[in-house]
Amino acid sequence: MTEMTTAPRSFQEIILRLQTYWASKGCAILQPYDMEVGAGTFHPATTLRSLGAQPWAAAYVQPSRRPTDGRYGENPNRLQHYYQYQVLIKPSPPDLQALYLGSLEAIGIDADLHDIRFVEDDWESPTLGAWGLGWEVWCDGMEVSQFTYFQQVGGHDCSPVSGELTYGLERLAMYVLAVDHVMDMPFNDPQSPIPLSYGDVFKQTEEEYARWNFDVANTDVLLRHFEEAEAECKTILDQVHDDPKTGKRIVMAHPAYDQAIKASHIFNLLDARGVISVTERQAYIGRVRALTKACADAFVQTRAGGWTPGAAA
Amino acid sequence: MPVPDLLIELFSEEIPARMQTRAADDLKKLVTDGLVEAGLTYASAAAFSTPRRLMLTVEGALAASPTTTEERKGPKADAPEKAIEGFLRGAGLTRDDLEERDTPKGKILFAKITKPGRPAAEIVAEVLEHTIRNFPWPKSMRWGSGTLKWVRPLHSILCLLVTEEGAEVVPMSVDGIAAGNTTQGHRFMSPGTLSVRSFDDYTTQLARAHVVLDATERAEAIWHDATNQAFAQGLEVVEDAGLLAEVAGLVEWPVVLMGKIDTDFLGLPPEVLQTSMKEHQKFFSVRNPKSGRIERFITVANRETADNGATILAGNQKVLSARLADAKFFWENDLRTANAGMTAWLDALKNVTFHNKLGTQADLVDRMATLAREIAPAVGADPDQAERAARLAKADLASEMVYEFPELQGLMGRYYIEAMGEDKAIAAAAQDHYAPLGPSDDVPTAPVSVAVALAEKIDKLTGFWAIDEKPTGSKDPFALRRAALGVIRILVENKISLPLQDLLGTGAFFFAYKQAVAGTKAADTLKEQGFQNPMFVENLERWKVGNFDISLNEKRISEIEYYPDQIKDYTFYAIFDRFREMAIVPDLLSFIHDRLKVYLRDQGIRHDIIDACIAMEGSDDLNLLVKRARALSDTLKTDDGENLIQGFKRANNILTQAEAADGVEYSFGADPKFAETDEERALFEALDTAEAQITPAMQAQDFTTAMSAMADLRAPIDAFFTAVQVNSDNATVRRNRLNLLSRIRQICLAVADLTRIEG
Repeated sequence: MTEMTTAPRSFQEIILRLQTYWASKGCAILQPYDMEVGAGTFHPATTLRSLGAQPWAAAYVQPSRRPTDGRYGENPNRLQHYYQYQVLIKPSPPDLQALYLGSLEAIGIDADLHDIRFVEDDWESPTLGAWGLGWEVWCDGMEVSQFTYFQQVGGHDCSPVSGELTYGLERLAMYVLAVDHVMDMPFNDPQSPIPLSYGDVFKQTEEEYARWNFDVANTDVLLRHFEEAEAECKTILDQVHDDPKTGKRIVMAHPAYDQAIKASHIFNLLDARGVISVTERQAYIGRVRALTKACADAFVQTRAGGWTPGAAA
Repeated sequence: MPVPDLLIELFSEEIPARMQTRAADDLKKLVTDGLVEAGLTYASAAAFSTPRRLMLTVEGALAASPTTTEERKGPKADAPEKAIEGFLRGAGLTRDDLEERDTPKGKILFAKITKPGRPAAEIVAEVLEHTIRNFPWPKSMRWGSGTLKWVRPLHSILCLLVTEEGAEVVPMSVDGIAAGNTTQGHRFMSPGTLSVRSFDDYTTQLARAHVVLDATERAEAIWHDATNQAFAQGLEVVEDAGLLAEVAGLVEWPVVLMGKIDTDFLGLPPEVLQTSMKEHQKFFSVRNPKSGRIERFITVANRETADNGATILAGNQKVLSARLADAKFFWENDLRTANAGMTAWLDALKNVTFHNKLGTQADLVDRMATLAREIAPAVGADPDQAERAARLAKADLASEMVYEFPELQGLMGRYYIEAMGEDKAIAAAAQDHYAPLGPSDDVPTAPVSVAVALAEKIDKLTGFWAIDEKPTGSKDPFALRRAALGVIRILVENKISLPLQDLLGTGAFFFAYKQAVAGTKAADTLKEQGFQNPMFVENLERWKVGNFDISLNEKRISEIEYYPDQIKDYTFYAIFDRFREMAIVPDLLSFIHDRLKVYLRDQGIRHDIIDACIAMEGSDDLNLLVKRARALSDTLKTDDGENLIQGFKRANNILTQAEAADGVEYSFGADPKFAETDEERALFEALDTAEAQITPAMQAQDFTTAMSAMADLRAPIDAFFTAVQVNSDNATVRRNRLNLLSRIRQICLAVADLTRIEG
């Protein structure tokens, strides 16, 4: 038995083990994207990089925000800010299931004692114009990960296909660490000179953001920001591919995509404020999807997205 | 040559449980059909599925397809060279292969085309590749860099032809996956590769490698172990065939574990426990037969462990507690809202769209309440109770529990309404009013439930008819056929006589009224703004001079006249106009009659019999209509009944022809004193007797007696036609006989429109 198969002692140790494991399997360990997103999938390292033919292998932690899930830090499982661990490998390797099971072992889940199951779950993201097939992975009846083979992103067929793994870190860690309330979970090693719980780190921010998300966020300002982000995204994408200043071909897929991410998050905030009716909801989702689709269209016009000089513009 | 067996296994990542059985059947059908089409017959075939594999065994196949010869007739021997070349090209032959034969039409070229038999391996390879590439998965995907589509990544193909001399791999490959003779055992319990020699060897090795190949066997093992474990504790497992099949598709090596439900949650309604456990965790519920309470759960793991499942069970129990804590939270919150009179929910329904042209759920509730009140007396319900029940029936749609578990709609309503202290009949209607959901679902029988269930369906039918969203062909997105069948079954199976004409009129009235009012409001606003839309002005004129068919719903329309303050003149006309334009009541009634034909056809009653009854007055009372149709159907099954129809038709034909020729109607005045024969006199007597029986029977809606009396006419009618020539030279006698035939017609047509009976 190596050190890796012993039980981890803290939330951060689980993250560190996942980082070490996926690094050892050849993934580039990226850092979180520096914007507010609803899920790890929104990181351009997943959405944009799943497009085009270039091989890709990345893993990262992504702080994710879902304003409507805020419960002032009182609910044992629900948070408006939480972490996802995300792995994306393109093309999906034939042994991806085995690699994934190895990662569970790395964080102390012994497959000889637990019941691990792949249960059908089709994934779809209306705002990303994306879908894929795969499973939710169950460990003793609990969903510990999402496992998806991307078929389409931003309206483009994925070819080759990326394999995407998403771990809900708090839930997974609570299970591994046998904690009932997320705020009680040890964040660092409980034997540390200054032991910190998840609550020590996040209880206060959960309260603050829940109040702001639900009751204070200025909806007029948010509505305006949404419009501005949408307009800016379109403006960026409307620019000619060849930069007049440098004379280089520079398609600005990423700056445009940032605006799409921004619009998506603002929509989530507006939703939490309860100012979006059922019919408007669909319209907003459609507007965000139109942006991400346009960004995907732009990305495949870049080198990273598979564009080569001489190819049709 | 030895008779080979064929063995195919397609090994993949986890196949969704709900697709496995169908996929095994499809594999069997596609492969065996392909083999037979290529001339390769076989003795027997069977297919199996597990979460990771589809498997097909075909026994006693031919080693090769037989050689076939076919003769093809070509052009004449002296045909232009081009025609002969064309024929040769088409047949793939050369000139030497042709034979010249003398025929009555001259010398003609014939070709003999021999198709040599092909070895089984070649055919199997072709068929299997075609099967894999064209497999009818409900949803399939690509993976890696490949282009092949399968339900999840396909890892290996095992394809063997097995004879007494040994097993041979069929050489083939699909998208880089080459067929071989290997497979895998259980993912966790028996990792590693197995080399297979035959079907028996395959099943033996798999069993040793912790895979139960047959889904039925897995399901039986699960059910056996589950019921045994429950029985040992004096408990019983709640049966759920769908769940059992699904769970059997989630495991290759089922291990049944029973766990306890935390006592904190035992106060939840059993249906909530059951639904939460089934939907979220795929657990079976275990009930205490004495208390009826759900006290434990059964989970099925995919493996054995050193601690006999203790860790797995503990984990499952913990997940369940978190789930049930949510459910308990919803239940307690909901009870608070219910006890506060449900106003929060009823208000919330104002914001839930029922259909964008038909308003909100709250609008629906208002309409249902009015309809339920109107229906109540006819079904023996108290109108106040029926209205109250309709007002509360949809409230639970706004509850937290139903938001979480939509399948508990209605049932939660019943719990919450009971908790409010309402009458049980009102609470029951919340649950019952959705029924019947299918042709075999029970219909509500309690009067209040019946009233609300009918109100819900009548509203739905008239509403979607009013906005012209009728079912077409196979498309019925709003399940209107089901709603119509629901109305039919509730009325017929409860033997409720309720004329639908008025009721549909009431339903239709809401929509016409609403549209007219909405139109008026809009028009008012426009007028205030000084807007003179020419179309609006034109419509206004049209409404005023409209030629209305007020017979559609005179009662409703006369009521409107009493609301001069609420409804402006042109609103009133608009309502007339909508009725005329939509004509929805007769159209809807005929839709319901069509559904009734389907319903009765399934019970063995012919469509022409139903047509004969629909043509009669009062056919909007379905209960009456069905009684009449059943009686007629029974009568026509008797020898007398069947022959009576012939007699009636003969009488009717002669009469119709005579009436057409003479330009008069023979309708009365038959007098026995002009009768010339005994048979004629006997018929007079028989008609008198029949009439004396039929008239009171019809008044009492006793169709059986009426029709049996009608059938008794068969012998005298037959005897009359045998002995008597209707078209006598004596004009008086002829006229009298025609008037006699007319009595036959009148008596028979009073029972049903027999002219519509076929044959």
